[in-house]
Amino acid sequence: MRKQWDTEKKLYTLCILTEDTPGILSQVARLFSRKGYNIESIVSGATDRPHTARISIELLADELVANQLATQCRRLLGVQAVKIFDEETCIRREIALIKVRAADHGTRDEIIQLTNIFRGHIIDVDKESLTVWVFGSQSKNAALIQMLEDFGILEIAKTGTIAIERGRSTIYDESKLKEEYEYGKNVL
Amino acid sequence: MKIRATAAIMECLLEQEVDTVFGYPGGTILNVYDELYRYKDKIHHVLTAHEQGAAHAADGYARSTGKVGVCFATSGPGATNLTTGIATAYLDSSPVVFITCNVTEATLGKDAFQEVDITGIAMPITKATFLVRDPATIPAVMRQAFAVAASGRPGPVLIDFLKDVTFPSVEIEYEFVPWRENRGCAGMRELNRDHELKKPTPNKEDVDILLEMIQQAQRPFVICGGGVVLGRADQEFLEFAEKLDAPVAISLMGGGGFSGSHPLTTGMIGMHGSKASNTACDECDLLIAVGCRFSDRVALNPATFARQAKIVQIDIDRAEIDKNVLTDHHIIGSARRVLAMLNEKLPQYDHSAWKAHILPLRAPSVAEDSDHLTPQQVLETIRLQMPEDAIVATDVGQHQMWAIKYLHFQYPGQMLTSGGFGTMGFGLGAAIGAQTAHPGKRVFHITGDGCFRMNCHELATVGYYKLPIITVVFNNGTLGMVRQWQSLIYGKRYSETTLDRGPDFVRLAEAYGIRGFRVETAADMERVLAEALAVKEPAVLDCRLDIDEMVRPMVASGSEITDFLLSEGGEV
Repeated sequence: MRKQWDTEKKLYTLCILTEDTPGILSQVARLFSRKGYNIESIVSGATDRPHTARISIELLADELVANQLATQCRRLLGVQAVKIFDEETCIRREIALIKVRAADHGTRDEIIQLTNIFRGHIIDVDKESLTVWVFGSQSKNAALIQMLEDFGILEIAKTGTIAIERGRSTIYDESKLKEEYEYGKNVL
Repeated sequence: MKIRATAAIMECLLEQEVDTVFGYPGGTILNVYDELYRYKDKIHHVLTAHEQGAAHAADGYARSTGKVGVCFATSGPGATNLTTGIATAYLDSSPVVFITCNVTEATLGKDAFQEVDITGIAMPITKATFLVRDPATIPAVMRQAFAVAASGRPGPVLIDFLKDVTFPSVEIEYEFVPWRENRGCAGMRELNRDHELKKPTPNKEDVDILLEMIQQAQRPFVICGGGVVLGRADQEFLEFAEKLDAPVAISLMGGGGFSGSHPLTTGMIGMHGSKASNTACDECDLLIAVGCRFSDRVALNPATFARQAKIVQIDIDRAEIDKNVLTDHHIIGSARRVLAMLNEKLPQYDHSAWKAHILPLRAPSVAEDSDHLTPQQVLETIRLQMPEDAIVATDVGQHQMWAIKYLHFQYPGQMLTSGGFGTMGFGLGAAIGAQTAHPGKRVFHITGDGCFRMNCHELATVGYYKLPIITVVFNNGTLGMVRQWQSLIYGKRYSETTLDRGPDFVRLAEAYGIRGFRVETAADMERVLAEALAVKEPAVLDCRLDIDEMVRPMVASGSEITDFLLSEGGEV
């Protein structure tokens, strides 16, 4: 029966399992620019399987668009599986490195205390600055960054969000959908 | 066994049973052509006038045979000249392997002479691209490229060899492996009746659900799409349609998948669909689309398309499901396999009342009486005089729609047209490919004056290889389809569409050593076509038509499918 789509725009995470071949990242990214969608964040990394990479893309869109993009991704020869997650269905984490102005003892102490509250670490110290490492959800990291703004932020580097499904299910699970896509690409 | 890398490229083509390639040489691909010289007894190379022509020819070869087409070009401009041809093949799912060469490893990425990142350029218009930097990978890449092009939903693939890989001094380990032993799927072999593919079976439950839906339907309607043609599923489709006893519309790409003269046919559907097709679509309670992707030229308004119907899509590509039109059910699989499974369990139905409502809406095709030559007269003459198995390649525009409407195609690969990409200039290249593949058949190239001007230099190829292609130019002195829109929608402001500037196509043909004929009346047409068909030689027929001929019927883009802007008859 025909599906009804949620028309509310929200943050979706597309987890894309791909073969680790040259050009696959640009092939995937191209699909988003083709539709004129801005990628909020993109992360590519190795997995527990050989020659297999996992690309996580965050996208602000409605459900229909997220699904259309997932569909086009699934169709690529190098793509093995795509899962679409929202807030409720997955756990999302990111890492931020924040370089903060800290020229005196008092400031340094205060930054270290704040960092501890957020369970971050100081990973570099200088006479004029501190670099804070923090790992967590986007909102937690944003909260720390906001607190640190008072001291003067010199630079921020973020990883972008990685995500994993809640519960026992994995991206490797066989499904009818996966089988259907494989039929079109065909097994060699 | 160690052999030259370029020899391995040739051997890999032979593995795939390739005996014909289309192409154009150049600097970086010199080594490959040097090797081809040694293989000229085994591989016939057709030199075109332009790389685009070669790309369309390889595409036409693939469409007319069901085999994979092969096209060679050099780096830089040679490669970019292919891109229109690659995109044309991609949009119509035609299996073609494009082979280009690039600059050397040392100069790659340094804006060397005739360097372009063709694998990057071709990425969005191919199923896969390969950049070959290591000669040892040649056999694996070649085999995979052919497998990818031919399997699943077919499509073009591009292989770009760095020049170093093709140096005569480079030798690699190679062993000849016939493709049947290294690939478990459809391939170079011509698709025929006994052809069995090693593919997963379509889902039985999904098939049963459709059988149930058919049982409940009172007014079923079927669309024969390009997938029926690509999968050579015409026999299975015929059995299905006859058992279901339902009207059948044929999409543009579906031409040849179901006989255009079958009593169940309602003709084309969509923008230039017949009244019968479009009405059936609007009133049916079950729409079964086989290998049809509901393009915007078919589903003009996706929201109201087949509004009373449950929509079922049968497609090999899961990505097409729910893409343009939301469906109620789908079955994934090759058209042939799915239809064969359906036919096994499908009883004989009788939908006489529904047929009696729809089929009489078909406009009878009668030759009109007119003091000047009309498109219908030209096509009726062709229909009556052409051999039944003649192949027809068209360009894009009014003549394309007229040809599809008036000529009835009987088998897959008989009609070659650029449906998805709408490439003007496709026809002559495609005709060259089809004629090369089928030397025994007659090939018609139906074109307009606008389209013909785009690639008419390929007459040089036609003339040189003595390909007995009959080019019929629907010469109305305008870009007819655009003018039609300007007449109907743009207040008759004919902005840059009037082609009052030649050339004289008869003299143009003669310049290429080809017979040219001027056709001014229906009597001319009958006489000239008979003369052209009498000998196996190429000919160009310049048919002079009125500038304001229109394609009827017509529904405007985005409108309700039954909201005809132009009716079948003369009146608006």
